[in-house]
Amino acid sequence: MTALPLSRARWAAADTATLTRRTLAHWARRPGEVLVGLLFPVLLLLMFGYLFGGAMALPDGADYREFLLPGMVAMTMLFGVETTYTAVAVDTARGVTDRFRSLPMSRAAVVTGRALADLLHSAAALAVVLGCGVLVGWQPHRGPLRALAAVALLLLLRFAMIWLGVYLALLLRRPETVAALQILVWPLGFASNAFVAPATMPGWLAALAAWNPLSATVAAARDLFGNPGWGAGSWPAEHAVALAVAWPLLLVAVFLPLSVRRWQRLGR
Amino acid sequence: MRRDGPAIEAEGLHKRYGDVVALDGVDLAVPAGTVCAVLGVNGAGKSTLVRILTTLLRADAGTARVAGYDVRRQADRARAHLGLVGQHAAVDEILGGRQNLVLFGRLHHLSPARAAARADELLDRFDLRAAADRPVATWSGGMRRRLDLAAALIVDPPVLFLDEPTTGLDPRARSDVWDAVRDLVDTGATVLLTTQYLEEADRLADTVRVLDHGRVTAAGTPEELKSTLGGDRVDVVLHHPDDLTPAAAAITAATGAVPTVDRAALRLSVPVTDRVAALAAVLRAVDAAGLRAGDVAVRRPTLDEVFLHLTDSRTEVPA
Repeated sequence: MTALPLSRARWAAADTATLTRRTLAHWARRPGEVLVGLLFPVLLLLMFGYLFGGAMALPDGADYREFLLPGMVAMTMLFGVETTYTAVAVDTARGVTDRFRSLPMSRAAVVTGRALADLLHSAAALAVVLGCGVLVGWQPHRGPLRALAAVALLLLLRFAMIWLGVYLALLLRRPETVAALQILVWPLGFASNAFVAPATMPGWLAALAAWNPLSATVAAARDLFGNPGWGAGSWPAEHAVALAVAWPLLLVAVFLPLSVRRWQRLGR
Repeated sequence: MRRDGPAIEAEGLHKRYGDVVALDGVDLAVPAGTVCAVLGVNGAGKSTLVRILTTLLRADAGTARVAGYDVRRQADRARAHLGLVGQHAAVDEILGGRQNLVLFGRLHHLSPARAAARADELLDRFDLRAAADRPVATWSGGMRRRLDLAAALIVDPPVLFLDEPTTGLDPRARSDVWDAVRDLVDTGATVLLTTQYLEEADRLADTVRVLDHGRVTAAGTPEELKSTLGGDRVDVVLHHPDDLTPAAAAITAATGAVPTVDRAALRLSVPVTDRVAALAAVLRAVDAAGLRAGDVAVRRPTLDEVFLHLTDSRTEVPA
């Protein structure tokens, strides 16, 4: 016995809003945690910008902080996988996911509510870092439309990380495992063009860094913000914007169906 | 409820995890307005049964209906008619109690005003008003369990499932949960609860199913189950451990039944059919053996004895 498609869609939207509000209520309950989450990338920006900035030689004497910011914010999007993972794993381990599954609510909303909240959080983090960036001398040079396109690509990467996070959380179901996830995500973040030129790395690592989905988003954001980068020279670097669209979509195409399958397997 | 008939029905439920058979053909029919206790040790299949009946888990074979709705083909209808209290308090620990109840009310598609009003009613009913706005992470285990119960009752579901609702609770919190279950049944709800505690089944249940290795090995009212052990029992308490063996032999000779021995309590228990005649015969036999009984009593068997008898038929035979 199923409801009409229209009313199903309406309930899915209403349930998504309810679960998004739940996460907003979490933030209101734990403002300190949210603040730390928002300020962590700013801390990284200042640390890298002022500690390492002087030691980094960029082509044409470009400003390191101009160069650094797109890499830093893209990495924040990548690390978002930990936020999604923890939230879904805690709900699953504590039985909250089962309670949702025993309610006459929309199945899809459990994840769409999570996705919307995570995107809101990342958009806020993005706004804070870009704002702080402006204070230390960063700015977009190619107009508001391209700057918005860069922000959209950054959020697209975050969107892909939501599905990776949901899949891993439903697979492992243990909130503690986030520590292992962190250990795996950090090298992935640094084996990219975010801080140093892939050309300076050993051959295999350079290839990994050049093709890293993070590198595509970083290079595309630098391009669209008009910030200095490592220049072209490799196929992925020359097609950064296309790859910054394709990589996240590919990740979604893989991990969304896998997440749905994992979700269904909770009932088997 | 869609129609008259049992509020919970199951036929031939099978479930296996790899090589482990969790349910091996379970049939169940719980009449509306009654409490059914599913009794079993860890691993007997109790939680699997509850998860299938509450639409969380798909059975490999067999069918089940809750409030008349098939748990697979009409899962949403079934979900709208059931409440579930799982083994762990499945509530949001960051939010306060009121926020939790409003959240689950909204997910039951109550209006914001109705969800808020319902949350307040339930907070009052479960005596949680004072802590309502504190994060649940700071609450005691008993309070969380009551909140969990309240969350399951948001829409006054006609059928309620409680999976080991009092495991890990102190006696006071346990009796609070029992009171809540009794109140619910007074309002006409049907309750299926799983438990390892025989006392719980004895106190709350109209009918009991004993689940052992995924099969229902006994079903009936607590009284019926007790009478399967052959009616009453005579207990004899002796003064000295050395007296246990000769006394047991004497009682066996007199009654034709082998008594169970509780060495710590120096007690022999023997099933009997005729209370008065058996009591006299037992006392005469003990006396004739030259022993002295410290105490003697005739009583109904406990559900513990039924349970041990059904799940593990070994009886300690005196050497």
